[in-house]
Amino acid sequence: MEILLAIMVGTLYAAGIYMILRRSLVKLIIGIILLGNGANLLIFLLGRIAKGQPPIIPEASKTFLEAYSDPLPQALILTAIVISFGLQSFAIILVKRAHKVVKTDDLDEMNATDEYS
Amino acid sequence: MRTLILKTASNYMLPLLLVFSVFILLRGHYLPGGGFVGGLIASIAFVLHAFANGLETTKELIRIHPGFLMPTGLGLAFVSGIGPLFTDKPFMTGLWFPELPPPLSVLGNIGTALFFDIGVYFVVLGVTLTIIFSISEST
Amino acid sequence: MTEQLLLYPLLLQMFLAIVLMFSWSRISWQKGISIIGSFLNLGVAVWLFSHVWENGTQTIQAGNWAPPFGITFVADSLSATLVLLTSIAGVAVSSFSSASVIPSRLKFGYFPIFHFLLLGLNGAFLTGDIFNLYVWFEIIIITSFVLLTIGGEKAQLEGAMKYFTLNILASVIFLTAIAVLYGLTGSLNMADLAGKVAAVENRTLIQVNALLFLIGFGIKSAVFPLYFWLPASYHTPPSAVSSIFGGLLTKVGVYALLRVFTLIFELDTFLQNVLLTIAVLTLFSGAIGALVQNNIRKMFSYLVICHIGYMIAGLGMMTEVAIAGAIFYLIHDILVKTNLFMVTGVIYKLKATNSMKKLGGLYADQPLLSLLFAIPLFSLVGIPPLSGFWPKLSLIGAGFETGNYVLIGAILFASFLTLFVVVRFWAEVFWKNGEKVEKIRNFPYFNKLRNYKKFQIIGPIVFLSIITLYVGFGAENIQALATRISYELMNSEGYIDAVFSNARIMEK
Repeated sequence: MEILLAIMVGTLYAAGIYMILRRSLVKLIIGIILLGNGANLLIFLLGRIAKGQPPIIPEASKTFLEAYSDPLPQALILTAIVISFGLQSFAIILVKRAHKVVKTDDLDEMNATDEYS
Repeated sequence: MRTLILKTASNYMLPLLLVFSVFILLRGHYLPGGGFVGGLIASIAFVLHAFANGLETTKELIRIHPGFLMPTGLGLAFVSGIGPLFTDKPFMTGLWFPELPPPLSVLGNIGTALFFDIGVYFVVLGVTLTIIFSISEST
Repeated sequence: MTEQLLLYPLLLQMFLAIVLMFSWSRISWQKGISIIGSFLNLGVAVWLFSHVWENGTQTIQAGNWAPPFGITFVADSLSATLVLLTSIAGVAVSSFSSASVIPSRLKFGYFPIFHFLLLGLNGAFLTGDIFNLYVWFEIIIITSFVLLTIGGEKAQLEGAMKYFTLNILASVIFLTAIAVLYGLTGSLNMADLAGKVAAVENRTLIQVNALLFLIGFGIKSAVFPLYFWLPASYHTPPSAVSSIFGGLLTKVGVYALLRVFTLIFELDTFLQNVLLTIAVLTLFSGAIGALVQNNIRKMFSYLVICHIGYMIAGLGMMTEVAIAGAIFYLIHDILVKTNLFMVTGVIYKLKATNSMKKLGGLYADQPLLSLLFAIPLFSLVGIPPLSGFWPKLSLIGAGFETGNYVLIGAILFASFLTLFVVVRFWAEVFWKNGEKVEKIRNFPYFNKLRNYKKFQIIGPIVFLSIITLYVGFGAENIQALATRISYELMNSEGYIDAVFSNARIMEK
């Protein structure tokens, strides 16, 4: 399971960076989304996976009796998902408006601010 | 997407989904659920309604501007956060009220965390609706 | 009251932002609330600063969870100083933007977003939890995107695309670094991490992780190979926005670098060399970039990059004197850069152009204003009694101590080039006989503004200039502060003890 997830994380990062390096605006957003998902999955993976062991103390005892899955990574992932939700929706609106104003999908054409003036 | 089936269904789905979102919101403290998920379900209810009946109808149905929900929710969350300051406990400490009498006890324990969650619910609803409305308006 | 003092800057900004959102369409209310609120925040920040100065590091555990499990907020001298500087810049920019930003931009929620940005900045400075730092960073970048794109001009959107992509990339790298750190140590509290990272056996992974943090924060603080988003975007928004960006945003990255590499990771020789190389190259490339620019705001954007190099150099040398120099430079730079971008805003209001070729004759037109503008300009260069001089003295002294002669060369070279750039700016904009610029109709020229608006624009520049003069002439006080901060950073036991011993956990 861990191996599978590790490969998945690597694939997501690689695909995300590949997409960001493309010239298209839409592919840029897809790349950002993939990268964000890769990072979330990485947090999940590094929080040590324990199958079927919810972090709940049985009513009779005061401490955990056996290994349990760490609840913190899930909270972190949830926070990260909420943040990336906001960022991505902003990105989509930004790309839409940029496409309307600049009238191109090609990032190489968007170089007006770098030109010497 | 103005099909009769979807239109009729969405009219029944809207109240159902809203009730479901409140249910998800209330069970959130000890079980899966909470303000974020509840807010998303509520916004999905409105988005579904907008798909079937058009954006204008949904806007009339909501009456207030969804952007107004954001400061409301933030304000509620803020107040629930600073509430503990007045009892000389750190910011965002959970305060719990005594248990409610039987008919209201379905709500579970009431505390500042619940009000924080309700705040999150409104913020998520407001943000999602604002984003989706502004994306679909400008096409 | 004072026990929870370090939360008040955050709570106040949050409260202001909420109130401002409620008065979304009433712009004149927003202006009043924002200015009054910023002054209140300044008062709270001064209170916090003096409290921390007298009583040492303050901590609070949000939600009453014992450290290291809950989110800790810590105000040591560095955090308190930066919160104070943020609120000073906040007062200045709030007043400046209420008169200089046009109403069609203000009505898209400029002021609420501005206060959310200040909330994010204060939060990033005050938090003691690395994941919480990430969250504050995200608040900062989301709000700065909105401020950057308000108005929706072509140049703004193009600049925002670059700003957006690279900053998101930085966030993802930062998040990856946090994930690896959590996997290695199982903790997120910075004070707790300090001990746990040192105990990890897999040093290679710690090295790689430290580099991930370096790259993530490096993009945010615009150091040498990672700065290209900055000159592409900082000259596009209204100058009020540029001034808060130029003054504070890159400094958050520097703050994070300072915090992470003094508290969590030990700098070994390799990392030190990396930092020093980055510092030298940043100093060179920023200064040379500024040299060729014709747009005055772009020129100052390159100077922002150039002067980040001084702070990175101070961190890289890692002696108490060097870090004190870096902290002094940080204090000086926030004040001066905020001020200079506001100066460019006034120049634009006077002449309706940013191009140095077209500008000119400002000294003949406005002698008093020109003299006022000379204060931040020459403080930036660091002509001896003014504020930019003293930190360079510490940095060069530390360079001799550690034997980094290349770095000393770079510092001197960058100082001379800064001098040259500023002198060129002065000659081109103030002394040269400018060609006749055609008057644009309906442009809100400075002379046409009402008197109270003129005051709102010039007042902040005077305010910041006075503080800059104080930093220069009262340098021994600032040096004492910088030395104390540097001592606290180099001896992080105080910080760690404050987090764990002051933990005030109350019985439920």
